[in-house]
Amino acid sequence: MDTKVTFDHKLLPYLLLAPQIAITIIFFFWPAGQAVYQSLFLPDPFGLKMKFVGLSNFTFLLSDPHYLASFQTTAIFSFLVAFFSMAIALWLAVMADRVIKGSETYRTLLIWPYAVAPAIAGVLWLFMFNPSIGLFPYALKAFGYNWNHVLNAGEAMGLVVAAATWKQISYNFLFFLAGLQAIPRSVIEAAAIDGARFWRRFWTIVFPLLSPTTFFLLVVNVVYAFFETFGVIHTITGGGPQQSTMILVYKVYADGFVGQDLGSSAAQSVILLFVVGLLTVVQFRYVERRVHY
Amino acid sequence: MQFRWSRRLAAVAAALALTALGPLVPSAHAQTEIHWWHAFTGRLGELLDEHIKKFNASQTAYKVVGAHKGNYSETLNAGIAAFRAGQQPHVLMVFEVGTATMMSAKGAIKPVYEVMESSGLKFDPKGYLAAVSGYYTTSDGKMLSLPYNSSTPVLYVNEDALKAAGVDPKTDLSTWEKVGAVVDTLKSKGHACPFTTAWQSWVHLENLSAYHNVPFATKDNGFAGLDTTLAFNGPAQVRHVEMLGKWAKEGKFIYGGRRNESGARFRAGECAFFTESSAGYAGVKKEAKFKFAIRPLPYWASVSGAPYNTIIGGASLWVMAGHKPEAYKGVAALLDFLSSPAIQAKWHQDTGYLPITRAAYEKTKADGFYGMEPGTDIAIIQMTGKEPTANSKGLRLGSFDQIRGIIDEELEGVWAGKKGAKAALDSAVQRGNQLLRRFEQANR
Repeated sequence: MDTKVTFDHKLLPYLLLAPQIAITIIFFFWPAGQAVYQSLFLPDPFGLKMKFVGLSNFTFLLSDPHYLASFQTTAIFSFLVAFFSMAIALWLAVMADRVIKGSETYRTLLIWPYAVAPAIAGVLWLFMFNPSIGLFPYALKAFGYNWNHVLNAGEAMGLVVAAATWKQISYNFLFFLAGLQAIPRSVIEAAAIDGARFWRRFWTIVFPLLSPTTFFLLVVNVVYAFFETFGVIHTITGGGPQQSTMILVYKVYADGFVGQDLGSSAAQSVILLFVVGLLTVVQFRYVERRVHY
Repeated sequence: MQFRWSRRLAAVAAALALTALGPLVPSAHAQTEIHWWHAFTGRLGELLDEHIKKFNASQTAYKVVGAHKGNYSETLNAGIAAFRAGQQPHVLMVFEVGTATMMSAKGAIKPVYEVMESSGLKFDPKGYLAAVSGYYTTSDGKMLSLPYNSSTPVLYVNEDALKAAGVDPKTDLSTWEKVGAVVDTLKSKGHACPFTTAWQSWVHLENLSAYHNVPFATKDNGFAGLDTTLAFNGPAQVRHVEMLGKWAKEGKFIYGGRRNESGARFRAGECAFFTESSAGYAGVKKEAKFKFAIRPLPYWASVSGAPYNTIIGGASLWVMAGHKPEAYKGVAALLDFLSSPAIQAKWHQDTGYLPITRAAYEKTKADGFYGMEPGTDIAIIQMTGKEPTANSKGLRLGSFDQIRGIIDEELEGVWAGKKGAKAALDSAVQRGNQLLRRFEQANR
């Protein structure tokens, strides 16, 4: 007797997928298509006339040393944010996993910053580190250190990285903790019986078994550092001093919405689209190979 | 359950019916609404609302509705986006930096002189202070937008700080040479912040150029054509930036940020000199717990003919295209109301912004205001001292918000000691010119 139940409707699967596909088309493919289209034009701000300029928006950008410098800034910023937010979150998760008393409280407190919007996180950190009225510069002055991130590029980068990292730690923590708890105790206990110490167990068993989580977080964090940190940059530095914190997505905004240069802004979006696409491909093609599921 | 649902449905249906019928119900006055988008919050927002309230109370044909749309850049963006969607307001507040953008948008705006002419209301462009309205007027004298809030940079002095360093607080501070000597004395006495500034590009390049009658850009600072190129890397500007760079290196000039962040330091009494907009007066007056004075912006005695006049910053009101004729009558009535001496004089006295008409200036004088608040007339005297030249009428440059950003970046390089003044200004000119060419290409 055949117990398999099959739906042999040709239409039904598509119908069930339709809402998801509609959302993807309306909120992703359509705007992306618009950006590609607009990147070939030089429009005036009011949209009164559109001048077809071919690829000259791209050649203009790629011959601008400041735009190319923005790639480097973005790479440094994204690496630092992804690395620190994941490293610190992993450390906190490992520690929270060991805590027996009051672990619920620890976890809750560690998850809290996730509820803070990036712009608010930016303002909080700016408030603490404001060279004129901030608490930390005041304290640092007592040690003879003059904090001024509005002029010092390194301090500015440090501050935006700290704010962006702080906000993302909670998210990473949540996933790492869940990942840790999914690792079978028996494996760890077996290693413990064989005499492996905590850190040896961690590096040889726990960390490799966590790799799917780590990989997932890597992709998510890179995307976060590329796009969602806009609010942090906008509130703390606005891309300055000079262009030391001008990441690509902020430049898209600055040129498009402050400078009203929508052609260049669209071209930058297209380039950004390619960069992120490429990064994701690289991650899946090369990094994922080393992931054990 | 069934019952509840049907009741709710009935309520919704009734609400819908009412909305649909709404326009059919004749209103008492059949007023024409005039929408005015602006960028003011806080005290300035209250004063603007007061203008609206007074105007609405003064007549019955029109009703002005004000809406705050964020800061200057955001308000301009909102206006542009609304125009693209066919939902533009009647009146849009645009900061002076956006002037060239608005001017070039031929189909999107309706010049103020046209609005006033077709309204039949009396409109005398000569009654406006040329130093203020010139920024928004074509070379052949046609006013394109109505100046609303205009200010000019002046020097704020913490007299107590000078006294503490053994300098006579009434000492002559008219030139940078003299200010420099006092700054040196303050530093040698251990003062932590002898000099700071707000709006560095506006004060130390745009106004510096006008004040010394040297071009900021070719083609009369852009007034004479879109094919203008930047020219603020001349000897006068380089020397000034060099001096500030040297001060920054020696800890005499403390840089606080691109906008007016350093204002907090001056108001807290930390800094001795502060160059900032004349409209910063109200804030300083409210917060400063020390004796302060307003002095004219210093000039370089070594530049012959200096000082000329300084130029304005602030915003003007642009009338957007695409509305009905009767609405434009209402807009004309509003602009006429805002230009009236009583309104202007009060605005000037409340905010520290410049009066836009000669009559308002005369009224403020007659009110005895300048006697009661010494220093408040310095901005006007400084702006109207000499007839504006081609270099001191104002600036009309496309993508200027972005160009200012570039200037800010390059100047920060000088303050941080990473770049020489000449190299930084050359680089700013070269980068800014690229944007001007793009703007020219997009608007030709």
